[in-house]
Amino acid sequence: MTGLLLAVVRRDLLLARRRRIEALLPLGFFIVAAGLFPIGVGPEPQTLRQIAPGVVWVCALLAAMLSVTQMFASDHQDGSLEQMLLAPQPLVAIVGGKVLAHWLSSGLPLVLAAPLIGLLFGMQVPAIGTLALTLLLGTPILSLLGAVGAALTLGLRSGAALVFLLVLPLTVPALIFGTGAVVAVDAGMSAQAHLSLLGALLIVTLLGAPLATAAALRISLD
Amino acid sequence: MPRDPSRPATRPPLAGAGTLGARSLACKRGRRLLFRGLDLQLAPGSITWLRGRNGSGKTSLLRILAGLSAPSEGDITWNGAAVAQADVSARQAIVYIGHANALKDDLTLAESVAFLARLQLLDAAPQLAQAALDRLGLASRRDAPVRTLSQGQRRRGALARLALDEQPRTWILDEPYDALDHDSVALLSGLIEAHAARGGAVLMTSHQTVALAGAAEFDLEPYRPA
Repeated sequence: MTGLLLAVVRRDLLLARRRRIEALLPLGFFIVAAGLFPIGVGPEPQTLRQIAPGVVWVCALLAAMLSVTQMFASDHQDGSLEQMLLAPQPLVAIVGGKVLAHWLSSGLPLVLAAPLIGLLFGMQVPAIGTLALTLLLGTPILSLLGAVGAALTLGLRSGAALVFLLVLPLTVPALIFGTGAVVAVDAGMSAQAHLSLLGALLIVTLLGAPLATAAALRISLD
Repeated sequence: MPRDPSRPATRPPLAGAGTLGARSLACKRGRRLLFRGLDLQLAPGSITWLRGRNGSGKTSLLRILAGLSAPSEGDITWNGAAVAQADVSARQAIVYIGHANALKDDLTLAESVAFLARLQLLDAAPQLAQAALDRLGLASRRDAPVRTLSQGQRRRGALARLALDEQPRTWILDEPYDALDHDSVALLSGLIEAHAARGGAVLMTSHQTVALAGAAEFDLEPYRPA
């Protein structure tokens, strides 16, 4: 089962490497969108520092959704998905591999770019560290939930927009605890509680979302 | 059923030999009933040519038998016992090649086929994929990205999955002769006949008339609602 999961990860990362521009689009969107805020809101350092956690998190959310809608689309189109469904091993392993590959190719770059955006907004170093940590815990949740949405809307004409509408409300708890942790650190308090809740959220999603995605894929291809 | 006598009985136990069947199957697409009361047995060593007009439900039947769709009535059976749609044990014994080739445009042909072999749980997938592509006459195009290949070459690439190993699995092929040139048609017919000779079952559709030794026709017409 792990062997198959790793095989899927390797294949999807290879595909991402062959289509480098497409794979880097979410990261570009993240940086540009977050970079617009200082221009739009004005260069008041105090205001910027205050809105920074929320802006970075919301932009990361949207960037993750942008790429997740395509998670199963090309495999659906060329018939690979049918073969994945017919594989003698649990579909959950394949879904897990696809989600992991999605996170590695589009979630992890967001985590790595977040400190840069933090500097742009004049955040303090401890707050930047917490921001990156919350995104490290939070972006896998986005990939997992996005996979459920992508599987449910597979083959629909306006699927991408539907994924946004379906999944964004589900990501609200992650958004609250993610930004809450950074705000707490900024105020000189401990972020422990927020981080624990974010971690718990990740575990729950990790247990539930792949199963839901696998079931949704079977329904979509029926 | 005839088994190839040149293969001694000392081979490892064959995973895959078995009879896939359908019991009083009915299929609905939307509100339209495509067929009902359909019984079918794919015995080891048999070649079944599924006939029917356009839209008569040939592809739907193949997808149900492969386990991709659920029938609206009836069961799929494996060696006589009903199997659930998501049953995994019978899965390993079925190879389904649909209209779509399941090759990735951005991977090379060898990489694509190796991944499909890996999905089928074959060890040493890259080597098997290379050997299979050689057999299908694609040795020179092995490392070419799939998007640079012609339709016929892609189809042959997809069919290379049939040459991955010699287990007598049940092959379910949807229009396998599509886009193939004269030589490839003969090659595929040879593969199918050899498969039947070693005890594998084949169910296929084809709009072209192909000469296959020992092929039985199965017409969907009698099962269509009046």
